[in-house]
Amino acid sequence: MNPELEQILSRAQTLYEDVDYKAVAEWKSYAPGRRAIGYLPIYVPRELIHAAGMLPVGIFGGGDRLEIIRGDAYFQSYICHIPRSTVELALSGRLDVLDGMLFPSICDVIRNLSGMWTMLFPGRYVRYVDLPQNYDARVGGEFWRRELTAIREDMARLAGGQITDRNLRNSIRIYNQNRRAIRELYQARSEAPWLYPIAQVYAVLRAGSVLPPEEHTTMVRRYLEMASQESTLPEDRSRVVLTGMFCEQPPLALLITLERAGCWIVDDDLLLGLRWFTGEVPEEGDAIENLAQAYLTQSVPTASCYAPDGQRGRWLVDAVRQNRADGVIFCAPSFCDPALLEQPMLVAALEREHIPHTQFKYSEDTGQFAVIREQAGTFSDSIRLWSEA
Amino acid sequence: MSGDAVKASTVQKEQSMVLQKQLIGDYYDSLGRAREEGKRVVSTFVPGNLTELLRSFDLLPILPEINALQSGMRKLSANYIAEAEKHGHSEDVCTYVKCDIGMLKSGNIGPTGVKLPSPDLLLLSYTGCFTFLKWFELLREEYQCPVAMLHVPYLANGRIEPHHVDYVVKQLRTEVIPKLEQVSGQRYDEARLSEMLALSAKAEDDFVWVLESAKNEPSPIDAYFGGVYYIGPIFTAFRGTSEGVEYYRVLREEIAERIRLGLGPVTPEGTMERQRYRLVVEGPPNWTSFREFWKMFYDEGAVVVASSYTKVGGLYDRGFRHDPNRPLESLAEYCLGCYTNLGLPARVDLLERYIREYRADGFMINSVKSCNSFSVGQLLMLRQLEQRTGVPGGFIESDLVDPRYFSSANIKNRIESYLQMLEQRRTAVVTA
Ligand code: SF4
Ligand code: SF4
Repeated sequence: MNPELEQILSRAQTLYEDVDYKAVAEWKSYAPGRRAIGYLPIYVPRELIHAAGMLPVGIFGGGDRLEIIRGDAYFQSYICHIPRSTVELALSGRLDVLDGMLFPSICDVIRNLSGMWTMLFPGRYVRYVDLPQNYDARVGGEFWRRELTAIREDMARLAGGQITDRNLRNSIRIYNQNRRAIRELYQARSEAPWLYPIAQVYAVLRAGSVLPPEEHTTMVRRYLEMASQESTLPEDRSRVVLTGMFCEQPPLALLITLERAGCWIVDDDLLLGLRWFTGEVPEEGDAIENLAQAYLTQSVPTASCYAPDGQRGRWLVDAVRQNRADGVIFCAPSFCDPALLEQPMLVAALEREHIPHTQFKYSEDTGQFAVIREQAGTFSDSIRLWSEA
Repeated sequence: MSGDAVKASTVQKEQSMVLQKQLIGDYYDSLGRAREEGKRVVSTFVPGNLTELLRSFDLLPILPEINALQSGMRKLSANYIAEAEKHGHSEDVCTYVKCDIGMLKSGNIGPTGVKLPSPDLLLLSYTGCFTFLKWFELLREEYQCPVAMLHVPYLANGRIEPHHVDYVVKQLRTEVIPKLEQVSGQRYDEARLSEMLALSAKAEDDFVWVLESAKNEPSPIDAYFGGVYYIGPIFTAFRGTSEGVEYYRVLREEIAERIRLGLGPVTPEGTMERQRYRLVVEGPPNWTSFREFWKMFYDEGAVVVASSYTKVGGLYDRGFRHDPNRPLESLAEYCLGCYTNLGLPARVDLLERYIREYRADGFMINSVKSCNSFSVGQLLMLRQLEQRTGVPGGFIESDLVDPRYFSSANIKNRIESYLQMLEQRRTAVVTA
């Protein structure tokens, strides 16, 4: 492996394993007065944090790298895992490095977690970010512009300064570059998945939750360039789209298991908030208006957002077609309402198009993969036969 | 108390029960006849329901949550849930949704045996629960009918702000009303809506009086198990109707009489005479073993004096009333203020107030597996309430309409030991 590639991957892996957010502390230590704001899945306007000179930090739970000591005492057994590890991270002091937290409206778990935060950590900055479910510019758009403006004011206050329009436009440009780089990475992987194994792609992508966007864009671009030059030979495996993993993240070992079971992952909804917009946010003009419009018209379709046109599942069929996938693996966290309530509609959409699929559930700390491996292996074999027939 | 007095109160009690039974029976019958009578029907949810608005267009509401809980009480839900799971619905998700979809897949025969019409519109009042969104998206696929989406912003800090109201009113004007006009073929008639809202406010006054009667000792009502009957008409299809007003008038009179006679609540086991514990309850009840669940409290002399479940369709006891002078604004405020749309700190504040104002000996949380909206954070709420009030809390787990999650022995045990603990505490305080 090219030494630079090795270096990039090693850095990404270190960041992935770092449940103490050392990278964030390090970033803060470079200059006095630096601040960092945490956010939960799925989408928050990171541009507003960045424009205030602060670091947006994605909190995606503790995965299989964190022992839960106190977190379980706050949640009944039938609630997904991410709030447990998130509370654990906070109670163990690991999130002390953050100067505030944003909880977007993805589901009732994260919604209620925002209230828990207020009670558990009085005095710390907490904001529930209510994303509009009405996409009319004069209605939902107006509501969202107001929310964005309020968040902008909060961020400026926390940073102890102003967010100028110029700064905000600059941040939009920087995040456009970041999302563009990620889109290119996804595109490249779809074309030659053997060059971009999931473990690498995931770690590189995940680094975007703790690195400043400028640095992350460089990392993604360097990785793309280096990985594309590797001489790995194409291997015949089934091409699958993974879906259901937009919030609580699967352990990396699970993703690797899928690949080892004979699948190339050609598209997925992992860390969806990092590449929320399907296109560019305009960089000129009224920045708040541009962010609001982008949310209304360019958001990726996903379970937590209302689909007014009744085309639930259309996007998944499109993703299969565009990526020339042979099938879909539904892979959702146990007890994840959005993903699991959505699933029957997605299944129906696939079945209308005769697209094969299989499904299983996971928890971020799942440690046993034998069953998943077998299931994915059988699925992969069957769809390969099917597509050859 | 004389035998006559007991008899009189029982007769009066029966009057409101008979009235309610009749209301519900007539309602399901009218749904059954809707097609032949050319009436249009709209499915919607209890929290943030816009009953008066629907009725002002002569539209009939169908409430899938109520169908589900009724199916639970009539022991039909287990089969419906199994049916939905057979169709690929996860065992992990809300059982109301599965019960509803299972009922639909089994022929859509409503809880009273009358076939329910397919809705002409799904009014998705997205208030206080994320699942609502997915539920109606699922139903849209089944019925292939239009949806009117009403996004009610969450009150993370417990306060209604002008821009919240503005957002909801705008959606009423641009999304909900146009779709109701389309489905009903009638124009929006604000004067008619206002008349209905005036009736709502009247019933709401009596309803609040009923809830607050539990401040008496002994309490003449049970504000949880009995409460679910009292909320019936006002949370569902009868707000804004003269039948609704009449029901609450009769109910209020009955309860005034019970107070005068010093009687406890009517329960399926008879009048509750011995009230050893006054409790506040958080969380919805279990419906599949509703009577058994109630009896567990009854047997121990535990009466519920206030509950959060009776606030899912509005916090009338904190002063909210539908206002005929501000029709759409007050509908918006109504939607915003429903209990599960409040941030957790506001929920804790409310329960704390109940514990104090109703002089409760303790509080109990019934945590239901189905409902993340209610359940996430309840263990922290328990601790916070204990700290703030010095009153220990009890915690039980069950489900709404999936009988697999009602473990009778376990729940009974928990209730008994919790109440014993309250008793010991009481003795300790007295002897100290
Ligand atoms: S995993 Fe699913 S249910 Fe859990 S917090 Fe995330 S979106 Fe909500
Ligand atoms: S999750 Fe709770 S509030 Fe939502 S539909 Fe189910 S029971 Fe009702």
